[in-house]
Amino acid sequence: MSYGSSIGDSSSSSSIFKSRANVAAVICILMIVALFVRLGKLQVTEYAHFSDLSENNRVRLMALPPNRGLIYDRNGVILAENRPTFHLELIPEQIDDIDTMLKELSTIVSLSERNVSDFRNSMRTHRSFESISLRTRLDDVEVARLAVNRHRFPGMDITARLTRHYPQGESGVHAVGYVGRINEKELEKIDQGNYRGTSHIGKTGIERFYEDDLHGTVGQQKVEINAEGRILKVVDKIPPVPGNDLFLSLDIELQKVAEAALGEKHGSVVAIVPETGEVLAFVSTPTYDPNLFVHGISFAKYDELKASEGKPLFNRPLFGQYPPGSTLKPFIGLAGLETQTVTVDEKVKCKGHYLIADDETKRKYRDWKKRGHGISDMDKAIEESCDVYFYDLAYRMGIDRLHDFLDKFGFGQKTGIDLYGERRGLLPSRPWKKKVYGKKWYPGETLIMGIGQGYMLATPLQLAAATATLANKGMKVQPHLLQSIRSTETGEKEVFVPNESQFALRYPDHWNDMFRAMKKVVHGVSGTARATGWGMKYKMAGKTGTAQVFGIAQDEEYDEDTVARKLRDHGLFVAFAPYESPKIAVAVVVDNGEHGSWMAPIARKVMDHYLLKKDDKLSKGEHANDE
Amino acid sequence: MMNRTYVFEASYNSRLTSILRAINLEPVLFLSITLLSLVGLGILYSAGDASIELVQKQGFRLGLAFMVMVIVAQIPQQQLYVWTPWFFVLGIVLLLLVLIMGDVGKGAQRWLDLYVIRFQPSEMMKLVTPMMLAWYLSEKPLPPKAIPLLISAVLVIVPTVLIASQPDLGTSILVAAAGFFVVFLAGLRWRVLFAVVLAGLAFVPVLWRLMHDYQKQRVLTLLNPESDPLGSGYHIIQSKIAIGSGGLYGKGWLNGTQSQLDFLPERHTDFIFAVFAEEFGMMGAIVLLSLYVFIIFRGLYIASNAQDNFGRLLAGSLSLTFFVYLFVNVGMVSGILPVVGVPLPLVSYGGTSMVTLMAGFGMMMSINSNRRLLSR
Repeated sequence: MSYGSSIGDSSSSSSIFKSRANVAAVICILMIVALFVRLGKLQVTEYAHFSDLSENNRVRLMALPPNRGLIYDRNGVILAENRPTFHLELIPEQIDDIDTMLKELSTIVSLSERNVSDFRNSMRTHRSFESISLRTRLDDVEVARLAVNRHRFPGMDITARLTRHYPQGESGVHAVGYVGRINEKELEKIDQGNYRGTSHIGKTGIERFYEDDLHGTVGQQKVEINAEGRILKVVDKIPPVPGNDLFLSLDIELQKVAEAALGEKHGSVVAIVPETGEVLAFVSTPTYDPNLFVHGISFAKYDELKASEGKPLFNRPLFGQYPPGSTLKPFIGLAGLETQTVTVDEKVKCKGHYLIADDETKRKYRDWKKRGHGISDMDKAIEESCDVYFYDLAYRMGIDRLHDFLDKFGFGQKTGIDLYGERRGLLPSRPWKKKVYGKKWYPGETLIMGIGQGYMLATPLQLAAATATLANKGMKVQPHLLQSIRSTETGEKEVFVPNESQFALRYPDHWNDMFRAMKKVVHGVSGTARATGWGMKYKMAGKTGTAQVFGIAQDEEYDEDTVARKLRDHGLFVAFAPYESPKIAVAVVVDNGEHGSWMAPIARKVMDHYLLKKDDKLSKGEHANDE
Repeated sequence: MMNRTYVFEASYNSRLTSILRAINLEPVLFLSITLLSLVGLGILYSAGDASIELVQKQGFRLGLAFMVMVIVAQIPQQQLYVWTPWFFVLGIVLLLLVLIMGDVGKGAQRWLDLYVIRFQPSEMMKLVTPMMLAWYLSEKPLPPKAIPLLISAVLVIVPTVLIASQPDLGTSILVAAAGFFVVFLAGLRWRVLFAVVLAGLAFVPVLWRLMHDYQKQRVLTLLNPESDPLGSGYHIIQSKIAIGSGGLYGKGWLNGTQSQLDFLPERHTDFIFAVFAEEFGMMGAIVLLSLYVFIIFRGLYIASNAQDNFGRLLAGSLSLTFFVYLFVNVGMVSGILPVVGVPLPLVSYGGTSMVTLMAGFGMMMSINSNRRLLSR
């Protein structure tokens, strides 16, 4: 026990210790207070800040994209739908040996090297519990094979996503349009909040025009996640509101009939119900498959479409601007009657050419018929499409009165159809020429305008709309493709109400005079489209037109054999039927189609289908079952 | 508690305390350590995703550590005194062995693996270093003169440097602190203390040079955790979010989103205080810290009443070291100190440090018993 004695229990060292222990205790207290202050700063002063951070850690907002509204034609046939497409996805976390699995999967579905390398790349950027796409758009056989073998591949997933699909394929694409991936330019314009989770947007046609209605409202769910990002539970969910369904006035069967009637020709057919402005057919040929664009068209395929001679991507009825040619004559004739420049019975002698009385150049304005039409009144001039009669009429009426009257039919203006990018065409006038060319208007220009040539341009849609207004006796109805929108929320249909305006002739009898003259074009003994009128069960009123693509010199002959196809004349035909109470107005314009009279059968096929098979319930019933 | 039960408890306690005293356990210290350990198990249950398995393991370790404490408490203080130099020599040898054989891999530590607890020589030095200094200074006249001070400095610096070069910054700080506290309590003159502090500050750039890159990174991260939010700053940021979002009253037991959803790293070991502060708020944290302070003050009280310098210095140093544990851990978790691997004493999951701590408490109890024996 040397221990006890070796260290003296001196009171001095004890008191030193006690004072030091007291100092230490005070320092401890101070440091603890410092910790309290620190905790107070974090937990009280900055509580709100850290509370937010903690919530942001924990809660993720996930967009639930809405299903796009469907598009139907007037008979309920589906034009645009959302189809589930199946994709093969793998969750690496659940797979023991990915290499073996990929090898075995490749015996069941076709996997390209690209698929596999893309998959491996995504594996690096995704977390192991996230599903990674291996193959997209599996076909039915592949889906079935995978489903049967599912037990062999734990961690494999077949996911279904809705993709826009156009079951009618090439038919109606220029009206319906298509959707495609949202590009940067569109990203700037759209409400990005509402497009969270949406990858596609309407690019053309109805899909673009009614994008807001079709898209719907995005929903969202609040999910709780852990530090890895794994979703643990859904905290809150606001379901998306699907887009509204559209019912178009388009009759897809009629559309197909018109497309078939045009065949290999490059051209357009527009059919309108005059009374309502409903567009029944909106055809541009050649056409293309919109489904190519939904998944992103390849550059090669796109170049091929662009370079194609028929320019399938070009929307002819909307963008194509043609000289209306003789199809303008009924409107010029009406203008003459209305302005009392001529009477119905007044006769003009046609010798095959026309000379302006005081013109020193003695320029000959030729008729399409070299020998001339002889003595012509209004009926004969329309029926046989006498140019001289209309040279004379236009000359006497003058450009101002001509312009003002044609303006009432909507020439030179947008029709207001529910599609973007519509062209105005061109209705020339004195002020227009002064403005654009800085020159005065020459009488000769009035003359050739009398036969729809010269500066005058119209789109096929404008021609159809003007013909409808004519058939309607001055009631101008805005042509439109949308018939109604069905709200997904209420299920109620909102009907499209077109703009309407009526103009009256001082002598309403002139409508009937012009109807009669136009009927003779199809049904008269010397009508330019009389071949088309044979055996028709209803009476059609129409007018042929041939528009010059390039001018012919004074005494030169137009020889169609030697002129290259793209320089040949455009063939036009406008018509409405039945003559007594018009139910349909049609404009046919065929690029380089040479003769308007050759276009009349196309219009007849459309009208036959619409007027004669319209009530055929059986065929309609079949469509309903098809879809 | 109800008043009715209070009477019962008081009488029960008095019976319990006499039993505890009979086996050399200081009742107040013993009961507050027990209470803290139980609170720790409760937090661990929450931090370990409500799995009972982790709590069972920790409970087993706690039981073992309590046994160590009870055993150490039975060792007479004189015996500890006699063993001290031998322990110190043994400790230094083991540290050197770890350093030399560390390159071989884990083999250097395996022979110290006691199956359930991996005992590290550096842990042992947390106790042996203050023992050695208390042993050395208790024979010298106090306050210590220059030569004993220099020798004391060597006795502290040698194990500290050996441990720091393992590298184990956290433990080396604790070892250095424990040694320093002995010298401080022995009456280190203030002017010497300030001189040492100033010298220490001058030494900081040198220390910076000597630090490993990851250690430097930790210090830099402390100064600006947002500079590296996904790397080493992640721990501090998430820990601060956990504590801050706990607010005044906390999110409730098992309801801390930061801890339950894995945002908080190391949450059942070094960062367990953040779990507690998130779930029980500032109020809970104050109560918990107060319990620690109570234990420390009880330790200082025991030290003050010790019969000799060895007991006084050792018990005082151990109490203050316990405080350093607490302060460094809470300081690093709340973002005012760099992240060094110091667990929250008696609460963090893990065996080694707990056994060391409990052995320390056992020594304090032995010192306390020594007083009773002498005064009897």
